[in-house]
Amino acid sequence: MSLHITSPAFKENAVDALANVDLQQALAHVERGFIHKRQAAVDALPEFEALRREAKAIKDHTLAHLDLYLEAFEENALKAGAEVHFAETAEDARQAVLEICRRVGAKTVTKGKSMISEEIGLNTFLEASDIVPVETDLGEYIIQLRGETPSHIIAPAVHVTRSQVEADFRRVHTHLDPERDLTEPVSLLSEARAALREKFLAADVGITGANFLVVETGSSVIVTNEGNGDLTQILPRVHIVIASLEKLVPNLEDVSTLLRVLARSATGQEMSVYTTFSTGPRRPGDPDGPEETHIVILDNGRSEMLADEYREMLRCIRCGACMNHCPVYHAIGGHAYGATYVGPMGAVLAPALFGLEHTANLPNASTFCGRCESVCPVGIPLPKLMRHWREREYERHLKPATERSGLALWAFLARRPKLYRLATRIGLAALSPFGRKGRFAWLPLAGGWTRHRDLPAPAAKSFVAQWKARS
Amino acid sequence: MSSPEIAGGKGSGRPRVGLFATCLVDLFRPETGFAAARLIEAAGCDVDVPESQTCCGQPAYNSGDREDAKAIARQVVETFEGFDYVVVPSGSCAATLSRHYPELLADDPAFARRAEALAAKTFELTAFLYDVMGITKVKARFAGSVTYHDACSGLRELSIQKQPRELLQSVEGLTLTEMTDPDVCCGFGGTFCVKYPEISNAIVTKKAATIAASGAETLVAGDLGCLMNMAGKLSRDGRKVRARHVAEVLADMGEGPAIGEAK
Ligand code: SF4
Repeated sequence: MSLHITSPAFKENAVDALANVDLQQALAHVERGFIHKRQAAVDALPEFEALRREAKAIKDHTLAHLDLYLEAFEENALKAGAEVHFAETAEDARQAVLEICRRVGAKTVTKGKSMISEEIGLNTFLEASDIVPVETDLGEYIIQLRGETPSHIIAPAVHVTRSQVEADFRRVHTHLDPERDLTEPVSLLSEARAALREKFLAADVGITGANFLVVETGSSVIVTNEGNGDLTQILPRVHIVIASLEKLVPNLEDVSTLLRVLARSATGQEMSVYTTFSTGPRRPGDPDGPEETHIVILDNGRSEMLADEYREMLRCIRCGACMNHCPVYHAIGGHAYGATYVGPMGAVLAPALFGLEHTANLPNASTFCGRCESVCPVGIPLPKLMRHWREREYERHLKPATERSGLALWAFLARRPKLYRLATRIGLAALSPFGRKGRFAWLPLAGGWTRHRDLPAPAAKSFVAQWKARS
Repeated sequence: MSSPEIAGGKGSGRPRVGLFATCLVDLFRPETGFAAARLIEAAGCDVDVPESQTCCGQPAYNSGDREDAKAIARQVVETFEGFDYVVVPSGSCAATLSRHYPELLADDPAFARRAEALAAKTFELTAFLYDVMGITKVKARFAGSVTYHDACSGLRELSIQKQPRELLQSVEGLTLTEMTDPDVCCGFGGTFCVKYPEISNAIVTKKAATIAASGAETLVAGDLGCLMNMAGKLSRDGRKVRARHVAEVLADMGEGPAIGEAK
């Protein structure tokens, strides 16, 4: 089973997204909400820059010794009574989860928010195996009702307006009073909570992701604002954590440093409402907790990244700040990217996970404005890494021929100053009679530009030529 | 022709500046080049415009064509390395020389150190005037209100933010009126604007609206690519805001036709 990747249709997706009125209305919140809140949180913490440098160093150190840390994590998780499953591919991870579910006879699984689950297409896979996955994060619950995928890594339903959620709830929660008032977001939240309560109690297995895996204790850490993750991992008999291998962090001290930059970068909170550490299954005398704990650690192309120029991407702590500050994301939202991960981090990660041939649009669709890098809490040079994908694409001749030949001609001239002077002189002279108004509303070969804006007319004579004539 | 011709004034004690006009200024807006030259001269330097300059190579570099980008970089190094300083009226082209050439040519034994040396003496125009030459005031008049857009590369790669604003504040008759989010991208992005025209259009539409909402009569910025994008949108949308390169306003050359206006 493979994931449905729609990135090849990125341009068409983007055009649709731009024309989607509901989406455009919803996207306005991203710009207004996240950016100002993050800035306020950063301004309130003088040592934020120092913390960013520390966070980056922690991740770099861990990645440099990842093999040792993986071993140590497994050992400590085992000591705590958990079982660790290494999954090289998405399929391996799906099978590992299925095996556990089958063994314990699971019919329903509750799920905390997990992008790894999305990456491996876990829900469709479980459904096909007659196991019902129930998303318990409000945003995930909403998109599950809508049959959609997340459009943002921390706010999966950010593309949905409040009135759309209201309509979905009325459509699905038919046992409730049709006259009930759902105009306030909080009434939507309590309705979802009530609907989910039964599911929590009925679930045989709870699956969560992990923000961090702590090597020294063998624990997994999740941060949420709704507390749904806690119920997902405490109530069912079996808890499965699915996480990718770069989630390892050496010790609790380091986790606390990362937590300090994570919530601030993500939502502008000092800390998320719930930060939950779970270490193995229930011990004798514990009031609650699962009977079994399994930790599935996914590679899916990441160990290859570790060895190439994309290694820095593995520092990512999935805060979402890069997409929150991205002008392209603001314009089109997340679904247009079509490859699970969206925005600048998706543009670097998706080609590594799903193949450049399907996702080459993503690293190209950036203005390189650099705002993502400037807010990334772990200093990932996202534009540089996107450029590296463009280089690979160019080397492999994946670029459209028209684009290649236009660029090649320009580069050919730019490398030959004398010819360049001659060609530009001829070009400017040829255009000058047409640009008398000072601008063009249309010009052959410049359609991409002039469809939306005027093109200032070029000079009759280049600056260099004029300068030479003057002196 | 290809050997760098160094301006007269050798031995004058004045720094010799190679002006890298950039391909867009060269072809679309010579006024900006002359304005930059005037400012550099007024700051006490001798200016030369080597004829063998073409383009800094960004279109190739950002399209993944590393080999052509390297070849262009080598040629720019050869053309400009003889000067005391290289000054560029564009944050993104200046950043290409000063931030990206060293990385591009790092494994070229003949050029690695030369690229580093060039990078160390290359500056964006307003940063050169303000940070290097210590110029905090210019002799210029410009009647009207101006709003300044922070072009992305200059802002984030070269920290250019204060320099143009301080210099603009010193222009007689000029009022600086900030737009909201002057640091948000205009959607140009070099080849991005023709590869993804609809997305680019959505971004510049928003930008044009914020520019107009500032109430300023003139938009200024330090990068001609961004300016052409914004000016083109403003005029297409029938907005009255005019657009100029910051160099023109600072050099007291803000009288002529604005970008996209008939000469
Ligand atoms: S790339 Fe950086 S900003 Fe983007 S999600 Fe990852 S950590 Fe956050």
